Amino acid sequence: MDVRKKKKKVLLMGKSGSGKSSMRSIIFSNYVAKDVRRLGATIDVEHSHVKFMGNLTLNLWDCGGQDAFMETYLASQRANIFSDVAVLIYVFDIESREVERDLDTYNSIIEALHEFSPGAYVFCLIHKLDLIQNEHRLRIYEERSLLIRSRSEHFKIDTFGSSIWDQSLYKAWAGIVHKLIPNLYVIERFLQAFAKKIDAEEIILFERSTFLTVTSVSSDVGSMNPIYDRHERLSNIMKAFKHCAARNTHTTPASAGFLVMQTKTPQFNVFLGRFTDNTYIFVVVPPGEVAYNCAVLNTLLAREGFSKDAIVGHYEGFPLPTVDSSTGKGPNGSTHPLSQSDTSPDEE
Amino acid sequence: MEVTDQRPQRPTQGRRRLSSTDRSRGAKPRLLLMGLRRSGKSSISNVVFHKMPPSETLFLESTTRIQKDFIHSFMDFQVWDFPGQLEYLETPTIDLETIFGRHGALVWVIDAQDDYLDSVARLNRTILTVQQYYPNINIEVFIHKVDGLSEEYRHDTFQDIVQRITDELNDAGYENAPVYYYLTSIYDYSVFEAFSKVIQKLIPELSTLENLITILTNNCGFEKTYLFDVLSKIYIASDTRPVDMPCYEMCSDYIDVIVDISELYSWDHPDRKPKGEQLREAESHVVLHDQTMIHLMEMNK
Repeated sequence: MDVRKKKKKVLLMGKSGSGKSSMRSIIFSNYVAKDVRRLGATIDVEHSHVKFMGNLTLNLWDCGGQDAFMETYLASQRANIFSDVAVLIYVFDIESREVERDLDTYNSIIEALHEFSPGAYVFCLIHKLDLIQNEHRLRIYEERSLLIRSRSEHFKIDTFGSSIWDQSLYKAWAGIVHKLIPNLYVIERFLQAFAKKIDAEEIILFERSTFLTVTSVSSDVGSMNPIYDRHERLSNIMKAFKHCAARNTHTTPASAGFLVMQTKTPQFNVFLGRFTDNTYIFVVVPPGEVAYNCAVLNTLLAREGFSKDAIVGHYEGFPLPTVDSSTGKGPNGSTHPLSQSDTSPDEE
Repeated sequence: MEVTDQRPQRPTQGRRRLSSTDRSRGAKPRLLLMGLRRSGKSSISNVVFHKMPPSETLFLESTTRIQKDFIHSFMDFQVWDFPGQLEYLETPTIDLETIFGRHGALVWVIDAQDDYLDSVARLNRTILTVQQYYPNINIEVFIHKVDGLSEEYRHDTFQDIVQRITDELNDAGYENAPVYYYLTSIYDYSVFEAFSKVIQKLIPELSTLENLITILTNNCGFEKTYLFDVLSKIYIASDTRPVDMPCYEMCSDYIDVIVDISELYSWDHPDRKPKGEQLREAESHVVLHDQTMIHLMEMNK
């Protein structure tokens, strides 16, 4: 199954001091926002491998942004840097005083990328948005994004406004990661069917170590939720709690985490649990103790089917048949509530 | 419903108000925040009672008149934030009776990063007056802004301040005056912890609550139980085992998690219908990587 182990090369570029390493540290290395000021300048290229969702490895090239480095990337190192790129993430500093010059550099990078990897995705992050007053943020972001698009030549790019101080960073990276996961439509189809079976308002799949949203599905009712940025806010909330747990149990943030979280309120019920080795599933169902307990039980049953097939590697057709049969144990979601005792032991 | 295995469990209990228990002393207790100017009184009251992020307290203007805050929580009380410029005891226009006349606590805030001799001297004068005429006022000293001091220096400062105040009071003939000291900072949980202790002393039912919680804790094999006020994250009572800061911090952060998640999913819509019966009180638990469990039960609104 090694053929399926996907290694994707991700270039992280942008002017020196624009915040590339800071965001990488927060997303992938469990830094908290106020600690990134300790980071020094990146010299040359820092390589890191990030395992994401088991069979997807991101080969992250954090490219130092000082002019001298930029020149070598474009000249002597050109083929080395720009070949086989799956994704280019280009970071713009919103506070930059030389917008025109930044765009010129960006344009030459885009040229080089087109030459060696014409099929790459390009994401532009307009970073440090927190430095702009709230009421001007959207306008300035849109102006800037238009400028960038006009210089992107052959590529159809995505832009995100971001800041390490709020959830926008999670939104941007979740968008990037979403594009990279192979067979995502299969997972989504499974979740859709599953959500319908257990009457969930919303199901979100989070990656385990980064807590980025992998994908999500909502029911007709669930999609009417007026809070649009709830996914990235959840990432932010859970990651903050993970840091707290790590601090207070004397472990590193990387090894801290939760096995299960359940919350029942009169408005909604929520279940968060380990799903596969690399994901958490977050299920929101309407109030109702019996229906909720069934949903929890079914999620745990679905987990077995899901991970078994993921290990065997039948990625193509995997989730649907198995899961249908396991949820089928409780027709109409009416698994006997007494069997809820099955849900307490944690295999982990 | 609860997991009943033998793992250590740490239940937190969240609540907002204990019904109709606050009539006992007739009036709402008062917390009087005093101290020199710029010692951090308004910052404390905003962080603890108004959920202000600590970093934003830098922008607070200096307080020029007494700010009265009415807190409607598990127990109704008032927080009076005094401007530091004024010397109350020496201003004849101020009627001390209206300030100290009721049951409550005087919280004196000392900036530990600054020269504190002046503050200590003023505090001493205040204590002497209050002790003499208004013995129903508890005296609580917050040695504040200690986040900027090293561990060792923090300890020395604490000792020095306590020593100076005790000596002075002894000289004036008050031995073992009931003055309590806390090291606080708005950048960690110490200020919440300190306020918890201050407020607990104003609750007449405290010993009953503690007894009940201790019985519950012992019988259920819990590691530690807190009765929390959800809004301020002050704990009203806990079982009689020693307070364990990491545990308090985690419980307190976990309350944040639940409050934040509730915000995201508590929207109203006619199509959102319950699927069946459920308790009216919220309930939540999380199991951490080391198998500890934090359990929260809402006791009342």
